[in-house]
Amino acid sequence: MCAICGCDGEAKPSVLDLQTGRRTAIELPAHEHVHADGTRHSHPPEHQHGHPHDHDHGHNLDHGHDHAHQHGTTVALEARILAKNDALAQQNRGWFLGREILALNLVSAPGAGKTTLLERTIRDLRDELPLYVLEGDQATANDGERIRAAGAAVVQINTGTGCHLDATMVARGLAELKPPPGSVVLIENIGNLVCPALFDLGERAKVAIFSVTEGEDKPLKYPHMFRATDLVIFNKIDLLPHLDFDLARAEANARAVNSEIALLRVSARTGEGLDSWYEWLRREWVAAREATFA
Amino acid sequence: MHELALTCAIVESAEDAASGRRVIRVTLEIGRLSGVMTEAIRFCFDEVARGTGVEGAVLDIREPDGRARCRGCGAEFATPDLYTACRCGGLDLERLQGLELTINSIELAEAA
Repeated sequence: MCAICGCDGEAKPSVLDLQTGRRTAIELPAHEHVHADGTRHSHPPEHQHGHPHDHDHGHNLDHGHDHAHQHGTTVALEARILAKNDALAQQNRGWFLGREILALNLVSAPGAGKTTLLERTIRDLRDELPLYVLEGDQATANDGERIRAAGAAVVQINTGTGCHLDATMVARGLAELKPPPGSVVLIENIGNLVCPALFDLGERAKVAIFSVTEGEDKPLKYPHMFRATDLVIFNKIDLLPHLDFDLARAEANARAVNSEIALLRVSARTGEGLDSWYEWLRREWVAAREATFA
Repeated sequence: MHELALTCAIVESAEDAASGRRVIRVTLEIGRLSGVMTEAIRFCFDEVARGTGVEGAVLDIREPDGRARCRGCGAEFATPDLYTACRCGGLDLERLQGLELTINSIELAEAA
């Protein structure tokens, strides 16, 4: 996935291992071409196309066509635009499955309390569940530091100018984080309700954190995210007495977009309702392990 | 802006399928409920395609309208958005159309 186009300034994507302090740039995968005769060749991802193709290749007649059928000068593809990211996400999914790892993709608008919820979860469950975190932000390791202070191993992924995590970034992050078999990997996506909805990372479930300081109509305004989400956690419910927020209406809106969505109400600050989130997490953890040999 | 990442994927796929030949047309299907702005794709396309074998290609985008079938009563109807319920009140809908995000075909210049 060429998610990094457009950021050829200084802001390159990178992963930072908070345990060792080592920062590694995320290199784009080599760009591979398949010729009509089945010959494959690749080159680095710098966009210097128009290179001469002067290599000779024999014309093997029973070559595969790589799902491209040529009719005159039109080549039918009928491929999903996100096919590459989807394929890499499936690779991640298999990686998690083979290791009995529960992977969750945490999404929200900026400031909904994803990191605070994670900090609290780590403090409450670190003796019970092996929690590992991939922390996504455009820049800074601030959130990664907070997670580490709470007591979990964490790798910070900085996307540079990217507005979402993609499957490649997660794969690089995992290579650095090295979560052990049977662990829980919490992937904190970029605070953004638009772009992360389209990019599968290979997670078992998407969890949206929805602060009650936002509008009740967020699910209607950002239907793609709520359609793709398995669980919505309404956060900051300790503030409800000070707000005009109609929680029942917000829940109805979430159900209007996604009739199967699960809903929880918590305050990561006071701890209210967190038991229901922990119950959900434990259930999913067991389900992820059972899925491996299903 | 996810449209930039999508446009990169479109140009990359088109170039891969072109096997070194010049691409003169790229046909896409972007459903009206897909969450992707076609204007933004067009805006990015020329820039992303520059210097590749897709540079200068015409971008042909079909935009199917939203349609769904209610799993409750079986009715099929047009959906202007992703939250309009069926007339029977049902919200469990099978989305038939409008979420497409596909690269359908490319047209190649005749080999010189």
